[in-house]
Amino acid sequence: MKSRFGSFAKHLCGIFFCAIGIATAHTQPEYDIDVFVRGLAKPIPISLAGYSGEVLQVLKFDLEVAGFKTVGESDAQYILTGSNNDQVEGKLVDNINKTTKFAKAFTGGSMRTRAHALADEVVLAITGHPGIARTKIAFKATRNQTSEICVADYDGHNAILVTADQSIVAAPSWVPGRRVLYYTTYKFGNPDIVSHDLDTAERKIIARYGGSNISPAPSPDGRQVAMILSKSGSPDLFVANADGSGLRQLTQTREDESSPCWSPDGRWICFAGKTAEGRRFLAKVSPNGGPVQRISISDVINPSEPDWSPDGKWIAFTSQMRDFNICIVPSSGGEARILTSGEDPSWAPNSRTMIFTRRGTGGKRSLSLLDVPTKQSKDIPQNLGVCTQPSWSR
Amino acid sequence: MKRAVFLPFLVVGLALVFTSTGCKNPPKGVTQIPSVTSRPVPGTVDRQGPITTQPTTPTPGTGAQLKPDESTTAVKLPDSASGFAQPSIDELIEGMIPDTNYFKAQTVYFDFDSSLIKASERPKINAVGDELKARPETRLMIDGHCDERGTEEYNRALGERRALAIRETLIKYGISPARMSTRSWGEDRPAVIGHNEEAWSKNRRGEFILLLPKK
Repeated sequence: MKSRFGSFAKHLCGIFFCAIGIATAHTQPEYDIDVFVRGLAKPIPISLAGYSGEVLQVLKFDLEVAGFKTVGESDAQYILTGSNNDQVEGKLVDNINKTTKFAKAFTGGSMRTRAHALADEVVLAITGHPGIARTKIAFKATRNQTSEICVADYDGHNAILVTADQSIVAAPSWVPGRRVLYYTTYKFGNPDIVSHDLDTAERKIIARYGGSNISPAPSPDGRQVAMILSKSGSPDLFVANADGSGLRQLTQTREDESSPCWSPDGRWICFAGKTAEGRRFLAKVSPNGGPVQRISISDVINPSEPDWSPDGKWIAFTSQMRDFNICIVPSSGGEARILTSGEDPSWAPNSRTMIFTRRGTGGKRSLSLLDVPTKQSKDIPQNLGVCTQPSWSR
Repeated sequence: MKRAVFLPFLVVGLALVFTSTGCKNPPKGVTQIPSVTSRPVPGTVDRQGPITTQPTTPTPGTGAQLKPDESTTAVKLPDSASGFAQPSIDELIEGMIPDTNYFKAQTVYFDFDSSLIKASERPKINAVGDELKARPETRLMIDGHCDERGTEEYNRALGERRALAIRETLIKYGISPARMSTRSWGEDRPAVIGHNEEAWSKNRRGEFILLLPKK
């Protein structure tokens, strides 16, 4: 178990640094911004041959989430052929110029892990960007009015409950590049913020002030944590060192602030606020204090739950009009676009895929994945009760 | 897998603060670890010899300018921002027994997406206030709740805002802020399960928990 976690941590680091590399290096955008926002990108047709059972399922799922669609060989732009007898093998051929992109075999780990690794290899070979098929998510799983924090593969498999408090938890949030979560727990009779190291199982109380201590968000470098505290008599935005020391108040309004998140460069904390008249807005403030700057959003109203994309370009958020919609707006503000119905989006490390909560019939909530440029969406199978508040490790 | 253990941590944290505060004259006869207060909470009788941390120099209007000791991770800190500052939960419930039924009939209901106290709900809050005035030994926990129509963390903040609106009303009614603390449960503890206005209207609420001293 330990070694699996260890290798995951390395992998996570790998993903993390790759993502940083892309963010700083990006020479040309993969998609026209308009195409990205409107979901007009066409899925890449790929055919699969030689796979069966779980491996085939995993490959299809991973590739569809990554913006591919599986088709017959004659319609395919790329052909992936291989086997999954002992090791998972794959040879990727460009069906137009007939060149071989790669031929590799994957051993070690479970069959699922090997299939995920092959899918990531395909994504990297074709798009030039690392895949996300071996990343992790955390979320809140509610059953019988109690909830626990759950960690799983990005597709919902291999889910592990990391708490067993039979209390209420809320808003798990990963420390980037580390196997540490911050979240709110009611275990001690009050909504308190804790940090939880998943390798040592050590939990520390970060904030247990009078009133509610909610919505923790670790900074990109993991050294600080933003949160909402009502100790001074109103829910305001605060920031502290990772261990809770050095607390500073960043907003002081009578209205409620909620859901802070960080810009990837750590220069801004974005949050949802409310005017005295009850109009909701998104704004940003420096973690060092200073004026609060509104992020202008046109075309949609009632924004909440912002999440800044790892490449810095977008802020995804929930808009509540008649129903809940996932929206994105350029991080500098501007025209917002509705992507799909749902709430509480969290970006994958590739700044392209997101996970969010969807309300089904009767209001039951579950998790879904969305590939923003193609708008392809996949529901995450779940057997842990009502799953909400996803956070993608990155 | 190792189980997370909080209490020892808390105790160690408190002990560290206690030993590192540099208090030269520890109060006599204090057996509990005292709460860390840098100045009396408005409206409270200054207790004998509160342990004082290094000066926190309250700056009114700019929020909490706290410079806590490095070992204060697990410890409550004073708030000096305003007269509405909340006592810490540990301070509030120390030596008290909760009665969740006592004020059942005084549950305060709210309009959709609102934390305004409606005129119709005001008499309930006054009734709670009268009871607290008549029984100065009691304290109060105020729980804010929401219906399911709102995003979860938005609702958690809204529930807090509702509980705080009730608390403010009680403060203005003459109850000491040091006797009352708020909690938000967001939409996690509905009074009625259901996906219609009948259920929602019963879930948008503020509840009172009376805290009575242990005998």
